[in-house]
Amino acid sequence: MSAVMKISRRQFIKGGAAVTGSLVVGFHVPFLKNADAQDAATAEINAWVVVQPNDTVVVRIARSEMGQGTLTGLCQLVAEELECDWAKVTAEYPTPGQSLARKRPWGSFGTGGSQGIRGSQDYVRKGGAAARMMLIQAAADEWKVPAAECSVDKGVITHAQSKRSTTYGKVAAIAAKLTPPTDIKLKDAKDWKLAGRRLARLDTIEKTNGRQIYGMDLTMPGMLNAAVKDCPVFGGKVKSVDDSAVLKRPGVKKVLRLGDSAVVVVADTWWRAKTALDALKIEWDEGPNAKASSASFAEILKAGLEAKEAAIGTKQGDAAGAIASAARKIEAVYSYPHQNHACMETMNATAKWTPEKCEVWAPTQNGEAAHAAAAEAAGLPPAKVEVYKIHLGGGFGRRGQSDYVRQAVAIAKQMPGTPIKLIWSREEDMARGAYHPITQCKMTAGLDEKGEITGLHMRISGQSILAGLRPEAIRDGKDPVVFQGLNESGPEAAIGYTFPNLLIDHAMRNPHVPPGFWRGVNLNQNAVYLESFIDEIAAATKQDPLALRRKLMAKHPKHLAVLEAVAKHVEWDKPAPKGVFRGLAQTMGFGSYVAACAEVSVSKDGVMKIHRIVAATDCGHAVNPQQIEAQVEGSFVYGLGAALYQECTVKNGRIEQSNFHDYPSLTLADMPKVETLILTSGGFWGGVGEPTIGVAAPAVLNAIFAATGKRIRDLPLKNHSLKT
Amino acid sequence: MAKLNVNGKVLDYQADADTPLLWVLREQLGLTGTKYGCGIALCGACTVHIDGVPARSCVRPANSVKSSEKIITIEGLSKDGSHPIQKAWVALDVPQCGFCQSGMIMAAAALVKAKPNPTDKDIDDTMTNICRCGTYNRVRAGIHLAVQEMAAGKSGKSGKGAKDTKPAKKAATANSVEHIGRGEA
Repeated sequence: MSAVMKISRRQFIKGGAAVTGSLVVGFHVPFLKNADAQDAATAEINAWVVVQPNDTVVVRIARSEMGQGTLTGLCQLVAEELECDWAKVTAEYPTPGQSLARKRPWGSFGTGGSQGIRGSQDYVRKGGAAARMMLIQAAADEWKVPAAECSVDKGVITHAQSKRSTTYGKVAAIAAKLTPPTDIKLKDAKDWKLAGRRLARLDTIEKTNGRQIYGMDLTMPGMLNAAVKDCPVFGGKVKSVDDSAVLKRPGVKKVLRLGDSAVVVVADTWWRAKTALDALKIEWDEGPNAKASSASFAEILKAGLEAKEAAIGTKQGDAAGAIASAARKIEAVYSYPHQNHACMETMNATAKWTPEKCEVWAPTQNGEAAHAAAAEAAGLPPAKVEVYKIHLGGGFGRRGQSDYVRQAVAIAKQMPGTPIKLIWSREEDMARGAYHPITQCKMTAGLDEKGEITGLHMRISGQSILAGLRPEAIRDGKDPVVFQGLNESGPEAAIGYTFPNLLIDHAMRNPHVPPGFWRGVNLNQNAVYLESFIDEIAAATKQDPLALRRKLMAKHPKHLAVLEAVAKHVEWDKPAPKGVFRGLAQTMGFGSYVAACAEVSVSKDGVMKIHRIVAATDCGHAVNPQQIEAQVEGSFVYGLGAALYQECTVKNGRIEQSNFHDYPSLTLADMPKVETLILTSGGFWGGVGEPTIGVAAPAVLNAIFAATGKRIRDLPLKNHSLKT
Repeated sequence: MAKLNVNGKVLDYQADADTPLLWVLREQLGLTGTKYGCGIALCGACTVHIDGVPARSCVRPANSVKSSEKIITIEGLSKDGSHPIQKAWVALDVPQCGFCQSGMIMAAAALVKAKPNPTDKDIDDTMTNICRCGTYNRVRAGIHLAVQEMAAGKSGKSGKGAKDTKPAKKAATANSVEHIGRGEA
C-alpha cells in the first residue's frame, strides 16, 4: 500500500507551496499524519488501534519518530498482538491536545532516554491484543458462536466449524462499541511472527524522494517566516536595536523583541528574515557571564575534585580508608567537554495564534511538554491549544526541550491570525544549544602488594542536567542522573564491576552554559572515565584488560556476557592484524548491556584510523534487529564524532563554535566497519538508541593506548598529538 | 521575472539578487526536498545537480544559474523512485531521520554517473555529506548495491524499465532488510 495519506483538514499544510506564488505543487503530507477525529468511516477500537472499512489498520504512536525507528518497532508490537496484515498497517500521531482531553490514554509522549520501545511495549501490546479480542468478539457475536471457536490470521477472522470468515474492516464498527476486555494475555516472544523480524521501516520511501515533510518544510496560506537571534551570552539581554534600515528591506514585515534577550525579524521568506536579522544593529547587555570562559569553568570543576562536600552515588565499604592504607595508589584526572547536538534540521516550529486558539506544528521529542510550553506562551488554557507533531530531522535530546516552541508561539501572539514559521539558523542553533554537560573526574585506586584493587574512588565534578531542567528532582544536592552506569544496581544503569571498597560521588558545579540531555547523556563521560581507568589499572599491574575485567565482573553475568561475545567475535586471544591494536569497553545504561572492541592503527606521524568496531548489545528483546543495527552504527557515528572532533568552547561568555567548519562531525571516510552482535537474553526490555554511545569513545581511547602508549584523558582527540 | 530550468520545466521566480538557489527552490518553487543544514556548503543537505554536476545550492546564487542550465532536485531525480540509488536506499533502509538523505542521494547519484564503478576510496572522497544519525555504512552499501544493479541491468540480467520501482535486491554483503507484503509506493 501507499504510505501516502490524506491530509488532516485542520492542518491545511501544503507540501511546499509558493509564498510569492509561481507554482503550487501537489497537496501531499506523507507518512505520518496527525490523528484527525473528524475522519469519517473509521472505527477506533481503542486508543491505539483504528480499523478502516478497507481493513487498513492505523496504529496510533505517541512517541516521536526522529530516525530511531521507534515508529516501525511499535507498529510491529501492536500488529503482533493484533494479528493483522502487516501490509495494511499504517500509523498516525495522536495529538497532545487529544491526549489531555481524553485523560492521557497514550501515556507519555516523551521520546528520550531510549524509552520508545521499552517504555511503552507493555501497553501498546495490550492495546493490540485488546483490539484483537474485541474484533473477534464482534464477529463471534454476529455469528452467534463463542469467540473461543474463532481464529484470526492477518486480519481475517474464521469460524472453522461453520466455515464462515470475515475481516477486521467489516466488523470494526461493531467491535468499537464493545466493552474492552480486562484480562489480556500477551504472547511469549518465542511465538512472535512480526516482532523480532528485520522488517523494513514504514517511513523510508518518503525519505528517498523528497516528500517527507519536516517542520522546516511546512507552508500554510498567509504564512510568514521568522528568524531569531538570542543573546549569545546566556543570561544577557538586548540593550538596543536599530531596525530603521532593516524595516525598509523588501519583504520585511516586523522586527520584534522576545522577552528581554532575543530579537526576531519576520518577513515573507525565511531568507529575507535571516539576512535582515544579520544586518540588524543589536547591542547586548551581556550580563554577569560576559567574562566566563572554558578555562574559568575548568578551574571551577577542578576545585570540585577536591571538595569536602559531594553527593554520594554508590558507596560500598570504606574506599577512602582502603586507598589510604593501600600498598600502591593509582590516580588519574579526566575531563569531558561541552558539545552541541547539531541535529541536521535546526530548531524550528510553526505557530498560529488567535485569542480563541493556538495551533503549533513542531518537530518535538516531547509533545506534551511542547503543548504545555505553547499554552504558557500563548496565555491560553491548554484546552485551547493544540500541537501537531512533525517528523524530526534529528533530535538526540535537544528536541526534548521546548524553547523554540515557546518562541514561535510568542512571535505568533504578536501577529494574531498569521501563521509564523520560526527557523533557527545553524549559527543560532550552535549558540543557543542545550549542551552536553561538562565534568571532570578524578579516579583513585588503592592496590595491594599483588596489584589487586582494594578500593576505588571516583569523584565527578561538574554540571547537573537536572539542576537546570528539573530542579525538583534534585534531592539533598544529589542529581541521580549524574551516576548513569555507576549505580549499585537497578535496570537503568548499574555498574558492572565489584570492588572490595567503592565510593562514587559528585561535586555539583554548574557554570552558566546550560546543559541538556545529549544522546547517551551521562553514560558517555562516565564510561570514558571508568573504562579508561580500568585499562590504566590493567596496564599498571601488567594484566590483560579483558582478564582484569573478567575478574571484576564475575558477579555481573549480563554485563560480562556482552563483553565475552565481543571478545570471542574479535578473537581477543589471538593477535590483531599487524599494526592494528585493540581496545575494549563495556557499560550498562538505558536498560541494556553493551560492549565494544575497537581496532585502530596509529601512524608514526600520529594519524589514527579506526578499522573495525565489534559491538554487542543485550537489550532483552529485539523487536527489529536491522533497526537495532542501525542504532548501534549510528551510536558510533555520534559517539566517535564527539570523541574525535567535538567540543564547544566558551570565550567571553559565549560559545565560540558557529557551524560545521569549527564543529566537525564524523564523516563517511572516518567511519569504521561496524559488526553488531545482538543478544536477547530475555526477561527485560532495554533501549538501543543510546547505550552504545557510552562504549564508543573508551574502546577507541583504550585501543589508542595499546597502539601508542599514550593515555588520552581529555576529549576531544583532535586536541592531542598521537605522534610517536 | 527570472527563470530557472528545474526538473525539466522552465519556471519563473522572483527573488532578491543575493538569494541562494536553495531558498528559491524551497520558498519560491515549493521544492522542499532540498534541505538547509549549514548554509556554508559544508553539510551537503542542499545538494542538487546543475547540468549533471552536484552543487551545494545553499551558497550558489540563484541568479548565477542560467535558464539554459538544467537543475535536477531530489523531486526530479526520477518520476517514481526508480533511480538505482533510490531503489538501493529503499532496499537497505538507508535513511534514519532522513533529513540529510536528499542531499546524500543526489551526491551518490552524481557519483555513480561520473564513476560507474566507484571504489571505497572514491566513495570516501566524494561523499562528504554530513549525517548525524549515522547512516554512513548503509550509504556506502547502498552505492555498491546500486552499482551492481546498474551493471546487471546493462548486461540484461534484470530488466530495468522506468516503471520498475521495486527495491533493488539486497547485496550479499549488506545487512538484510525484509520487505514483506508491502507494495512500494
